[in-house]
Amino acid sequence: MAEKKEKVVITVVGKDTVGIIGKVCTTLAGHGINILDISQTIVSGFFNMMMIVDMTNSDISFSDCQKELAAAGKDIGVEIHCQREDIFDMMHQV
Amino acid sequence: MITSKEVMETNRMIGEQNLDVRTITIGISLLDCIDSDPDASCDRIYEKITRTAENLVPTGEKIEREYGIPIVNKRISVTPISLVGGASCHIMSDFVKFARTLDRAAKTLGVNYIGGYSALVSKAMTAADELLIQSIPEALYVTERVCSSVNVGSTKTGINMDAVRMMGDVILDSAKDTKDMDCVGPSKIVVFCNAPDDNPFMAGAFHGVTEGDACINVGVSGPGVMRKALESCRDSDFETLCETVKKTAFKITRVGQLVAKEASKELGIPFGIIDLSLAPTPAVGDSVADVLCEMGLEYAGAPGTTAALALLNDQVKKGGIMASSSVGGLSGAFIPVSEDAGMIKAAEAGALTIEKLEAMTCVCSVGLDMIAIPGDTPATTISGIIADEMAIGMVNQKTTAVRVIPAIGKKVGESLEFGGLFGRAPVMPVNTASCAGFVNRKGRIPAPIHSFKN
Repeated sequence: MAEKKEKVVITVVGKDTVGIIGKVCTTLAGHGINILDISQTIVSGFFNMMMIVDMTNSDISFSDCQKELAAAGKDIGVEIHCQREDIFDMMHQV
Repeated sequence: MITSKEVMETNRMIGEQNLDVRTITIGISLLDCIDSDPDASCDRIYEKITRTAENLVPTGEKIEREYGIPIVNKRISVTPISLVGGASCHIMSDFVKFARTLDRAAKTLGVNYIGGYSALVSKAMTAADELLIQSIPEALYVTERVCSSVNVGSTKTGINMDAVRMMGDVILDSAKDTKDMDCVGPSKIVVFCNAPDDNPFMAGAFHGVTEGDACINVGVSGPGVMRKALESCRDSDFETLCETVKKTAFKITRVGQLVAKEASKELGIPFGIIDLSLAPTPAVGDSVADVLCEMGLEYAGAPGTTAALALLNDQVKKGGIMASSSVGGLSGAFIPVSEDAGMIKAAEAGALTIEKLEAMTCVCSVGLDMIAIPGDTPATTISGIIADEMAIGMVNQKTTAVRVIPAIGKKVGESLEFGGLFGRAPVMPVNTASCAGFVNRKGRIPAPIHSFKN
């Protein structure tokens, strides 16, 4: 049986610019947060990214990570949200 | 693994279609706070409520943050106060003390409403029940967050017409007392038939005597999500329409189930039920009437409305029941007029009348809800409206309720402005033919026969 992971979904929405993924990944790596999956789309200059990360070995709490990413998003003009994965699992998987 | 499409769908529901969890309500039993001295009893009540629900608001906020889903209200329901105060209250002001205590506890905890200033009198009233009912206008006048409900009938016992008659006066008096505040008093009074013990929604929430010491009940919402989903089946047949409602109700309810489980775990209080009701707010796009219009009605209230609502209500239950391990409360679709922009529009256009709303209550939860009536409506007419609605509940073995607001000094065409979740209530015309001779009779309407169903 797989060990229980603390999975979090990070969504980034905003105007496309250079280095969005870089900025998010650097922030995450700095706290030992592992990226499990990334997908992104750009529709008419609008950047939309979803990331599933594992916070099991993170050195910061969920709410601190949330604040830090939101601040990082502000720097580059995009909105970054973190939500626990369960809400999506519950809604979309029977 | 979840896909980005699913993530985007969920976040669009929350961000654009007003998906939220309407309320986390902690039900708290106050039966162990009974004392022969009212002050001692009030002290125990305050202590128990503030201890049990101490972390309700911070926990709710934490869940909101972690899952990104708004939880609009954090509330408390308690054991009907007529039972708790029965041993100690000998005059009306004793009961009002209890109301003040509940209000104080709600303010300390930061919850916006506390329900349970209630009496269960479906068959007959004790002296304490009568005293509590008479004290309701004053209790609501001196408090801000206390909600009151009275169960005056049931399928098993019939309708207590003495209580129905009293409630007509209570509602009118409360409106008069609060006429400088847009008659807000009666917006916190619900008269029930077959009241459920585990309803998390205000103003009718109370913690029934069959419940445990404390439990978490969660009310979900989501008419905006439902309307959006139905946009995709404008030209489809009823089967597709029903499937869409069911699937959407499932998704909405799953979120409620998740929030309820989390809240229960964090607070260390057992999970009670999820209430599957579609509850509107005055916000644009968060309207049950709009869902009905999306099915093909010009206005809520048009011929076909009762059928559309019956379909909606039933499919919401069918979808929701599979999504949760425990469903209870009122579960269906709410049709409060003032809290629903589409209902207000329909009422102002003359498409929606009280009589049509009464018919609609036969097929949905709950009843005549948040309806402003002319201020010169006699108390006996209000009792008549209550009696009619109670009869529907009694005969059809369902919960029905009345929450009407006499708009003192106002006539049809004017409206009451409550603001916030209570919205704006256009004054609706009431049939002016008298029913005084009928409601002034004493006693009880007997329970209906449970055979020969037609």
